[in-house]
Amino acid sequence: MSTPFLQLRNISKAFPGVQALDNVSIDINKGEIHALLGENGAGKSTLIKLLTGVHHWDSGTVTYDGKELTSITPSQAIREYGIVPIYQELNLIPELDVAENIFLGREVLANERFRIIDRKEIVRRTTEILETLGQNISPTALVGTLGVGKQQMVEVAKALSIEARLLILDEPTASLGEDETEDLFRVMRQLKDQGVTIIFISHKLDEVLEISDRFTVLRDGKKIVTTEAEGASKEDIISYMVGRKLGDQYPKMATTQGDVALEVRGLSTASLLSDISFSAYRGQVLGVAGLVGAGRTELARAIIGADPRSSGRIFVNGAEVQINSPKDALKHGIALLTEDRKGQGLFLGNTVLFNATVANLKRYVRRILIDVNRQKDAAAEVVRQLGIKTPGLNTMTLQLSGGNQQKVVIGKWLNTDADIFIFDEPTRGIDVGAKVEVYNIINQLIADGAAVIMISSELPEILGMSDRIIVLSEGRLTAEFSREEATQEKIMAAATGGINHAS
Amino acid sequence: MQAKSGLQKSLQRMNWGDVLLNRVGALLGLIIIMIGLSFASPHFLSFRNLMNVAQQSAINSIVASGMLLAIVTAGIDLSVGSILALSISITGILIVNMGWNSVIGVIIGLAVAAGAGMINGLVLTKLRLPHPFISTLGMMNVARGLALIITNASPISGFPKWIQFVGAGYVGRIPFSFILVLITVVFFHFFLTRTTLGRHIYAVGGNIEAARLSGIDTDRVRVWVYTISGLMAGIAGLTLMGRVNAAYPLAGLSYEMDAIAAVIIGGGSFMGGVGNIWGTLIGAIMIAVIRNGLNLLGVSPDAQTIVIGLVIIGAVYVDVLRRRRRTA
Repeated sequence: MSTPFLQLRNISKAFPGVQALDNVSIDINKGEIHALLGENGAGKSTLIKLLTGVHHWDSGTVTYDGKELTSITPSQAIREYGIVPIYQELNLIPELDVAENIFLGREVLANERFRIIDRKEIVRRTTEILETLGQNISPTALVGTLGVGKQQMVEVAKALSIEARLLILDEPTASLGEDETEDLFRVMRQLKDQGVTIIFISHKLDEVLEISDRFTVLRDGKKIVTTEAEGASKEDIISYMVGRKLGDQYPKMATTQGDVALEVRGLSTASLLSDISFSAYRGQVLGVAGLVGAGRTELARAIIGADPRSSGRIFVNGAEVQINSPKDALKHGIALLTEDRKGQGLFLGNTVLFNATVANLKRYVRRILIDVNRQKDAAAEVVRQLGIKTPGLNTMTLQLSGGNQQKVVIGKWLNTDADIFIFDEPTRGIDVGAKVEVYNIINQLIADGAAVIMISSELPEILGMSDRIIVLSEGRLTAEFSREEATQEKIMAAATGGINHAS
Repeated sequence: MQAKSGLQKSLQRMNWGDVLLNRVGALLGLIIIMIGLSFASPHFLSFRNLMNVAQQSAINSIVASGMLLAIVTAGIDLSVGSILALSISITGILIVNMGWNSVIGVIIGLAVAAGAGMINGLVLTKLRLPHPFISTLGMMNVARGLALIITNASPISGFPKWIQFVGAGYVGRIPFSFILVLITVVFFHFFLTRTTLGRHIYAVGGNIEAARLSGIDTDRVRVWVYTISGLMAGIAGLTLMGRVNAAYPLAGLSYEMDAIAAVIIGGGSFMGGVGNIWGTLIGAIMIAVIRNGLNLLGVSPDAQTIVIGLVIIGAVYVDVLRRRRRTA
């Protein structure tokens, strides 16, 4: 029996007020794809940060490739040990080309004295690496011009150029479409065959079961289980993660179709969208499906006036309205929960109180000043109503977990007069338990007579939660289904079939 | 009566502990410097000298309160010194050269200052310039040029008593200009923490895209910010004009730098979203205290500049250290 490639023994790590890792032991074998699972705050990120030298463990031992390591610095991790992390937020410079990015900081020099870069050599080596990955990417293309999937491949290529032995992928598929995900998995299997060990973090459990050899589940800083992926089911993983059997993953309730809340007629934009018309009804969820780049987020932004429309009319409650800015949209009761939670939804450096009330401060003004008590009451009410786990109202939102951050953003809109909610990827990057809570909030909203438009890349979510479904493909609306007629196959056909319809 | 008790209640409800704690770094620095100076020079701690310092810090405090708004929105206002000069030049011409009523002359001067600030904001938002550095750098040059042209590059003096009182007068033993500062600070405290516009300023600085998608008119907020910053430069100009009993087109040179320094020493960040008026006041007083102390010790003005430069870097570094400890 050979010793594991990476052996963690009784690892503990505490931060002020929280035991992030508690006596965790994991063995990872050479050349395996090992998934690390757990809800947000379970300790996955902390574990990764210990391995990459960002933090140091309080107690326990780490044995790597047969050697016990007493400490790891970030530069040691990469240069000496070949431990290379690829984060969800890619660390590439968009203005540099692919080859320059791959050799950034490790440039090959043509002239030592004047430190002139040997372009020919880095382009040649980049070509070589990209070929082994089977990627058709030009080494001289600017990274900013590549799609997210290709950029991810550039990160992988970069990792290979440093001869990574332990590759850590932190939610690599979160922003990838299905084709790109398949491509990434193919490359992962190829690397595995070459003896690279891979730690893979994902919230998409289907993917975990598909790609990983084994997985480890963490909960509240403790290891719950390490087991073979083969033979395991999604339900098993979920119950490990949340520590209980979860009821229905999609708690859909019976709904009744109300009046038309929002009607969009002939909406087009200069860049992508073409002649889109649909209606969203009160008391219902309208699912918006489509591949990455189909124009779903663009549609949401065009409706609320965040981006300009080239044509199209919008009706709220049957009357035509002029919406040229998010402010106008909110005036007519339309709110957008953005896909990019941190970049466009939250004020990370501000408190829960600030975030939960900032969209409608007028409501708390008495005479000319904001009545802080009223403001606190309103924030406390959404914290209670949405079950937001936060130490207090004055906690910075950047200290909350992803699921709780998402609930704070939802809370911001609940504190306004909005009753038409556009949710763009509302459960992206949040854990299973929090997902169900978000679905329950959506159920509550429509039960109260709101209209919800839910954009999602996850078909099971679309099928599980929508009353009606529209499908976009390359900026056009290609199909509309009722809940009863919709199937995964029909939606995929409409999502990929836009090309055929386009004349 | 009703309104008064409301204000009293608000003052009571202000979280003084939080105000002090948040700025304890800068305040502590100020206290240490003052203790050091009181040992180094017997004159420093005299009431008369402290009131001198208060008066000397007044103009920068007022300019810096406007600068604070710009910096909280992750912006900057380089034009404050030039706007100040243009504002008092116009007031001077109206009152002294043309014999207008002095109150009307002052009001027009302040309106010009606010208007120039508003143009800063409109140019920034309507032309979609990448950063207010550009719009206010432009205004810095335009306003200075206008001030020089309309005054033929020469000073104007001989202002009525009440204007001189604003800059140089005393209420009891306290300089009126410092009372003006305290009124400004209290006003800004409530403005920034308790009004919708004030909170929206922090929202714009914290995450402008999130602010816009939250239904906040971010353009309007920024136009207000630069308008107020211009107005504060005008009020500081009135104080300066009163103190020296003259309006001159080269007034306010490099005032923007002292104001930026005060805001940054007081905990503001170029990243936006943070900073408060109390810190800014402490920053402005600290700069005045250092200048005053070095004067008392006979250090040349040239060498004083070096010390101020080092203090700015030191103050921000202390803040960086504190933040690092908090997040570690």
